[in-house]
Amino acid sequence: MAFSLLLIVVLGATALFFATHLSIPEDRSQRVFAPDLVRRGGELAALGYCASCHTAENGKPFAGGRPLATPFGTLFGTNITPDPKTGIGLYSQAAFARTMRDGIDRAGRDLYPVFPYNHFARLTDEDLSALYAFLMTRAAVPAQNPANHLTFPYNVRPLLAGWKLLYLDKKPVPRDQTRSAEWNRGRYLVEALSHCGACHTPRDRLGAEIASQHFDSGEAEDWWAPPLNHKFPSPVSWSEESLFNYLRSWDVGHGGAVGPMAPVVAALATVPEQDVRAIAAYVGATLAKPGESEKRVDEKQPQAAEAHPQGAELYAGICATCHETGGHVPFTVTSLGQHTSIYAPDPRNVIHVVLEGVRPPEGTVGAVMPAFADTLSDAQIADIAAYLRARFSRGGEWQNIEAEIARLRRSTSP
Amino acid sequence: MITLNVNGRSRDVDDAPNTPLLYVLRGTLELNGAKFGCGLGQCGACTVVIDGKPVFSCLTPISILQGRKITTLEGLGSEDAPSPLQRAFIEEQAAQCGYCIPGMIMRAHALLTANQSPTDAEIREHMNANLCRCGTHMRILAAINRAAGGMHAAGARAPAKAEEEE
Amino acid sequence: MNAPLFNPSRRDVLAGALVVSFSLRAIPSLAQEQENVSKPPLPGSLKKAPMLDAWIRIDADGSVTVFTGKCEIGQGVKTALIQVAAEELELDPHAIHLVTADTARAANEGFTSGSNSMKDSASAIRNAAAQVREILIGIAAERLGVAADRLRAQSGAIIGPDNRRAAYGDLVAGNVLHVTAQPTSKLKAPDTLKIIGQSLPRIDIPGKVTGGVSYVHDLRLSGMVHARVVRPPSYDARLQSIDTSDAEKMPGVIKVVRDGSFLGILAEREFQAVTAMHALAAAAKWDIATKLPDETNISSIIESLPAEDHVIADKHAESASATRTLQAVYRRPYQMHGSIGPSCAVASFDGDALTVWSHAQGMFPLRQAIAEMLRLPEEKVRCIHMEGAGCYGHNGADDAAADAALLARALPGRPVRVQWMREQEHQWEPYGPAMVSRARASLDAGGNIVDWWYEVRSNTHSTRPPGAGQLIAARHLETPFTPGPPRPGDQPEGAGDRNAVPLYVLPNVRVVHHLVPDMPLRVSALRGLGAYHNIFAIESFMDELAAAAGADAIEFRLRHLKDKRARAVITAAAERFGWSSWQAAKGKGRGFAFARYKNLAAFCAVAVEVNIEHESGHVRLGRAIAAVDSGQAVNPNGIANQIQGGIVQSASWTLYESVHFEPRRILSQDWSTYPILRFGTMPESVDVYVIDAPGEPFLGTGEAAQGPTAAAIANAVANATGVRIRDLPLNSARVKAAIGV
Repeated sequence: MAFSLLLIVVLGATALFFATHLSIPEDRSQRVFAPDLVRRGGELAALGYCASCHTAENGKPFAGGRPLATPFGTLFGTNITPDPKTGIGLYSQAAFARTMRDGIDRAGRDLYPVFPYNHFARLTDEDLSALYAFLMTRAAVPAQNPANHLTFPYNVRPLLAGWKLLYLDKKPVPRDQTRSAEWNRGRYLVEALSHCGACHTPRDRLGAEIASQHFDSGEAEDWWAPPLNHKFPSPVSWSEESLFNYLRSWDVGHGGAVGPMAPVVAALATVPEQDVRAIAAYVGATLAKPGESEKRVDEKQPQAAEAHPQGAELYAGICATCHETGGHVPFTVTSLGQHTSIYAPDPRNVIHVVLEGVRPPEGTVGAVMPAFADTLSDAQIADIAAYLRARFSRGGEWQNIEAEIARLRRSTSP
Repeated sequence: MITLNVNGRSRDVDDAPNTPLLYVLRGTLELNGAKFGCGLGQCGACTVVIDGKPVFSCLTPISILQGRKITTLEGLGSEDAPSPLQRAFIEEQAAQCGYCIPGMIMRAHALLTANQSPTDAEIREHMNANLCRCGTHMRILAAINRAAGGMHAAGARAPAKAEEEE
Repeated sequence: MNAPLFNPSRRDVLAGALVVSFSLRAIPSLAQEQENVSKPPLPGSLKKAPMLDAWIRIDADGSVTVFTGKCEIGQGVKTALIQVAAEELELDPHAIHLVTADTARAANEGFTSGSNSMKDSASAIRNAAAQVREILIGIAAERLGVAADRLRAQSGAIIGPDNRRAAYGDLVAGNVLHVTAQPTSKLKAPDTLKIIGQSLPRIDIPGKVTGGVSYVHDLRLSGMVHARVVRPPSYDARLQSIDTSDAEKMPGVIKVVRDGSFLGILAEREFQAVTAMHALAAAAKWDIATKLPDETNISSIIESLPAEDHVIADKHAESASATRTLQAVYRRPYQMHGSIGPSCAVASFDGDALTVWSHAQGMFPLRQAIAEMLRLPEEKVRCIHMEGAGCYGHNGADDAAADAALLARALPGRPVRVQWMREQEHQWEPYGPAMVSRARASLDAGGNIVDWWYEVRSNTHSTRPPGAGQLIAARHLETPFTPGPPRPGDQPEGAGDRNAVPLYVLPNVRVVHHLVPDMPLRVSALRGLGAYHNIFAIESFMDELAAAAGADAIEFRLRHLKDKRARAVITAAAERFGWSSWQAAKGKGRGFAFARYKNLAAFCAVAVEVNIEHESGHVRLGRAIAAVDSGQAVNPNGIANQIQGGIVQSASWTLYESVHFEPRRILSQDWSTYPILRFGTMPESVDVYVIDAPGEPFLGTGEAAQGPTAAAIANAVANATGVRIRDLPLNSARVKAAIGV
């Protein structure tokens, strides 16, 4: 009896699996899209910054090939240009919708959740249509997707069907009547499209965002992604206005986006202002502290210099040239203590910035910071990092800074 | 007193330890190559080579340079005996006002020391940190290509560093 | 430093006597010509300094010194002038020592600007050298007892039959060269030239690539101190108060100098001066008065400001009737020189006289301005040119010199070196003015232009010295100097209206220059002056007209041009580019433009290829081809260098550059806030074809490429995208907005 029940369940599950994973026929129809739909799709693609994962460094837009390191191995962003052989050119709108909402491609293969379909699942039909219209009108680029580097059992795609059973929530983003229209719009954009949680929410051992720890902090490409709620560790608080400024270009209180956040801000600079304001309203609701005036940075200069004399001296001799001018050097904040990364649980972000510098998109106004990888040794960078941590943070010393620096040098060198 | 190794020679300097190398080179050591362009690490006119790597001397205090090998333009060659790279710049007439050129040569020197046959794309990417305002870029690229080709053809190693002149 | 070669006033005293004693033997006709009131004009700058020894000096040991009032600003003029002198004097170029602009030693040739050095100085030097050679031959004929026509110059001597020889040094007793030049000279025939026309390697490059003392920045004088200036936060800010005591106590500080809102600090070592400057700046309290206009609205503002109207072309003739009329508006923002090396100067005051070393482009005007500012007689001020980074017209060099002069006066007996900071150069240099122009033209049924109307609106393009009020420091003194009224610049050279009159043959032409005296931002000469914008506008408009006429861009221009040399550069550039066989492709475009700089200097045609990155709007430069005719090409590689550089510089202006500002201050203060083209975005290739015109006068070349390049790029972008953009710069945001999703 139990065996028959099990057999029915297994057969049923298998049937269901095959039913949902059928290959969808090629669509070779001549597609014509209303210009407004394409334009809106472009804005949505910028809000979802699709290009940043689906474009290789110096590669053609949306043609894939960008490596994304995960705890399970390295995967590659795919070619989503309308190329018929190597891109999504043969996808009907239905196939596109299944990809985005169910994480199943046209051929019926399950996609890895590094592609955040757990968010895109909640997109409205209109927005999916617009995104489809936009992608199908891009320049088609023949570019074969590189094979992912995954070890067993992660390279067994069908297992992802089980993952989705556990984690994929396709319910539309609900409206909260107690909140403004702008907040609700922001919630929709963030949860369904901009997928902030993909980096800013911790993931469990199966790589899924932990719903109960929404916005508690996370990871992106070996950078720390800070919390977007009350757990935000820096004493420099946010307002909706300052968050809007940061997301659009730069905030006088916190500075500008670097690392994996930089392309997000670059994309948000191109979308309608009200969409960014909506995002700031939604994220600001958990991140901002209304009624509380912006806290000052807590300076512990003399003790920090005593505890880390080398770091203090290096800082004074090098960093201070640009970073102790009262913010007179463009895109520097008055005190480095305003930067969130100083309050991170680990020094990775600070190490990245010192090793690699900051470079704006070419031809545009933006921060220029030289890379110090060749000027400073691991020990010297560690001293500076320890000094900055001691000077501003009450969060305790960072551990193993030098080892982290050596590791990041290896992983980021060309 | 801080001892610096500049172009293969030990030099004692009494500048304050937090003095950027650029001012020590130009002031105390009276070397003209490295130039002041911005003091912010944005233009590369101050570029020197330290332990084989290109570095902005305007942002490098002498306090961290003990035991490190500093090479300036003067260390590559002289007007009577220019190095192959310097000669390539002369042959290509790769200068207009010439103010950015020492920094360019030092950055290129670091590249050619690490990679004797860089592609054109690699050269352009490597040189991106240095600015030229007169528009001499194409000749600078030609000079670096010329020097690389010459080194490659001759099977040469990194150019020998000349003794620093008094 | 050496004592002055000759005192200008002594020179004048001797003039009369020497002419009398030598003219009868060496140059028989000269005495008669002296009496002749209406003489034909002397070539080039000989008009300003007619004595031959103002240009050429030969010492008894045979060493030859050539003097020029022009200066090396990276354009290779030192080498070209040496070539010209060496040719006519039959000398090895390396045997000639050239002295450049120095108020005590060289003629007053005004500014090194406007691409006039070859026309003015090279012409003078070439003619002077030829005349000196003939004088030496004349003297040698006497001495050797040989007819002059059997003698010739060679390698520093006059030689004749039977090995008879007299070295130059032996022929120059007394002031034999102290004679007035003649209007014509026995110049060497084009087919005999051995040095002119050769791409002689520049004499200054070996020193620059090996660390020689090359720039005023490298000057080290005994006892020299280092200085920094603290500039106000904006143009008219006034120093309310300052407690200088902290800064004065810092290591190495010698003195703080304050005069009104002028604030400077002197220290023994350079970094000590920098550190103290920061401390001084932090202690200063300013009244901020300046209110700058709205950057996003600047062209409307310029069009609404009062203007002086100058009609610079007004021609009416019979023509076929118009069938189509087009009109367009073109705009250019403020753009900066952005010299890679911020300005620098050294000055030394001995209690009585002041010497200033500066990289400004005019030593005599600078001298007048500094003398006026310090209330010293001009004879007590000597200005000597030493190179700086490219200054491209008028950057901070004159102002740095004024700073040094003021600080030197405060510390007599010790030379003072002032180095500007990057932010100071970016924020205080006078920019290239924002400009707006409107064009309207009609085509007849055959696609020919029958009428042409063009008006351009601009500030003045020169606020250089003379006049102490042109100096920033002088305006900030307790008793300030005020700038003089703005100058329009005269046609045919023009300023804001430079190249506003097209070279094309058009039956009806009306061109108006509206000079706007009100200057919301500090402006002055930026390489090319109005030519950059006017050629951008005119050559863009020509393409728009060609398209309306259904004609090819090149053929349309040739249709309206008779000038043979203009047609030749256009044809050469088109052919070398492969214009007629070019294949279009998605996102790829080609563009062409032509101009004769100032309608009287070099002819230059530029063709470029671009690729537009659709998603970002970035314009990627492919091949650039130029053809240039500079007359008799003195140094062809030097010409190519200037054109290549001009194309790349203009590409940066055209694709990236505009000065940013808000009401309280200039925002463009460093390279992060004023990005320029870097190696990563260079064109694929830039090839220049130099057309030599032997026997033709030298034509200025240094500014010939900028205007055509801007229009060629704009035309290529229009070709690639189908959208015409008329506002500079063609940055990625503007191009993306124009092409849409």
